[in-house]
Amino acid sequence: MKKLNLFYLSFLAIVIVLFYIFVDNQFYKSILIYIMINAINASMLNILFGYTGVISLGQAAFYGIGAYTTGILTVHFGCNPLLTILIGILIASFVAFLVGYPTLKLHGHYLAMATLGFGMILYIFFNEFSNYTGGPSGLVGIPKLSLFGFGLDNEDKFYVFISIYFFIFSILLELFDKSYMSYKLKFIKESEFASKSFGVNVSRVKLIVFVLVAAVTSLTGSIFAFYSGFISPVSFNLKYSIDIFIMATVGGLGSIVGGTLGATMLTAFPELITNFEDYEMIIYGTLLLIIIMFFPQGIAGIFKKFWGRYVKS
Amino acid sequence: MQFLYSGITSGSIYALVAIGFNIIYNTTGLINFAQGEFVVLGGMLMYTTLTMFGLNIFSAFLITFILMFLVGILFERVFLRYVRLKTEINLITVTIALAIILRGIAMMIWGRDSLAVPSYVEEKTVLLVGGSITSQSLVVIVVCFFTAIVLSTFFKYTKYGKAFRACHDDQVASTICGIDVNLIRMLSFAIASFLGALAGAIVAPITFVTYTDGVMSGLKGFSAAILGGLGSFWGGLFGGFLLGVIEGFFAFILPSGFKDAFAFIILLLILFVKPSGLFGKKKAVRV
Repeated sequence: MKKLNLFYLSFLAIVIVLFYIFVDNQFYKSILIYIMINAINASMLNILFGYTGVISLGQAAFYGIGAYTTGILTVHFGCNPLLTILIGILIASFVAFLVGYPTLKLHGHYLAMATLGFGMILYIFFNEFSNYTGGPSGLVGIPKLSLFGFGLDNEDKFYVFISIYFFIFSILLELFDKSYMSYKLKFIKESEFASKSFGVNVSRVKLIVFVLVAAVTSLTGSIFAFYSGFISPVSFNLKYSIDIFIMATVGGLGSIVGGTLGATMLTAFPELITNFEDYEMIIYGTLLLIIIMFFPQGIAGIFKKFWGRYVKS
Repeated sequence: MQFLYSGITSGSIYALVAIGFNIIYNTTGLINFAQGEFVVLGGMLMYTTLTMFGLNIFSAFLITFILMFLVGILFERVFLRYVRLKTEINLITVTIALAIILRGIAMMIWGRDSLAVPSYVEEKTVLLVGGSITSQSLVVIVVCFFTAIVLSTFFKYTKYGKAFRACHDDQVASTICGIDVNLIRMLSFAIASFLGALAGAIVAPITFVTYTDGVMSGLKGFSAAILGGLGSFWGGLFGGFLLGVIEGFFAFILPSGFKDAFAFIILLLILFVKPSGLFGKKKAVRV
């Protein structure tokens, strides 16, 4: 087993803590919260796409399932918030199983199209079942989450909460990266036939990974719903799925640093540049094209080349 | 009965897109995510040449098709061929990236509004049993069938068509037989792009064009291709019509907001029940 990349983990911890101490601006804090949420989503897609080689273009759908399950159950039925997170995870896993079971057995990228279509279906449903989802104008009044008696009712407290969540998540990812499991997944990506002849049940492993990724994405979606207190279908459309996809790819496929790196870049960019929306698609598309054509390892791979000693991924 | 006629009209568009998917899939084994963007570009170029430059219909079509043919060639020759690691995933990701770029370019050039392309034929309504059909829709259906017949003749009887099919069967063997596989791959993208543009151009007067349409037409075309069996030429055609009619039927009995969801529910169902499609010759390869 390889050594853990302690440099990366401590770097993350230091940045998060320093940010908490020195930055008083609520706006910057909210950006960092979004970066962490996106980083988790992108890292999960990275496990699916970068490690296992399965393209999913519908991650926003699972994210949306989590958020809307939480939103609907708390607003309309007054459920216990923690319980709704659990229900969201169950629903997302079940749905992922339904979508993944037939498509992951097939060779080729049926799943990419199936998830793309599935994302569209859910987006339509979020818009149309307006009795429950509030339709295009969104669902308001999601209560704040409280954990063990601590109410996460302001930006600072939520920042601490999501930092802890993100940090635990990063440690788990790092452990995963150095585990036997990650080699198994990379083996599948490298050659399905070879891994099959070594006794790996390819479609089953793919399905398990797909379902797990959907579950974590749904959990993050629930947390997002608690954070923003308001959800609308726009947050879960195709664009978000594609954004996550670009974050994971640009950051670096098959590397743990990649998801975080890509999410940081692509979440911070639009805030820094004015009028970004007009050129967004061209810039993102070109970035994705250049990375995938010439640097398949992503930015993390470029870093790794130059500072191989420090950034081990 | 009315839903049948409107279903066949939209179905012929899905069929054209599906055939585009099939041509690329057959020669390269890739799913081209930018197929829907070709449709949008076709419609938008027609708008530009017809309304903005005021050309006549014939030259407008000619310019659109030549440009789209070039776009298809560019696609393969410039981007897909220079991917450093030519794994299937990377190539598909390149088509996704190009789709995003094309969408962005379409938005920059033509803006966010729907563009209305003037009608190509005199607007008349033809009464049929239990419903009516506009002359526009008839044009769409006729063009679709005409294209299908021309293409199937091309693939079956001409030398180049046979080369395409050979590439589908075995690329290495076709290289040995002296077929220029790279050229065939390039041509397959060019033909697919042309078909997309054709679909976009003939449907533009009916539905108008918006830069975001590409995702929908691409997905529905793909659903049609899967329904008929990915890789099967007539399957794609039939799948398109079937999908159009089913969709028309559900739009008829359910709120129209759900209309688009059905194509994808059918897609998921067919993947679940019979992934090789209704007319797929080969079984979809299982892992």
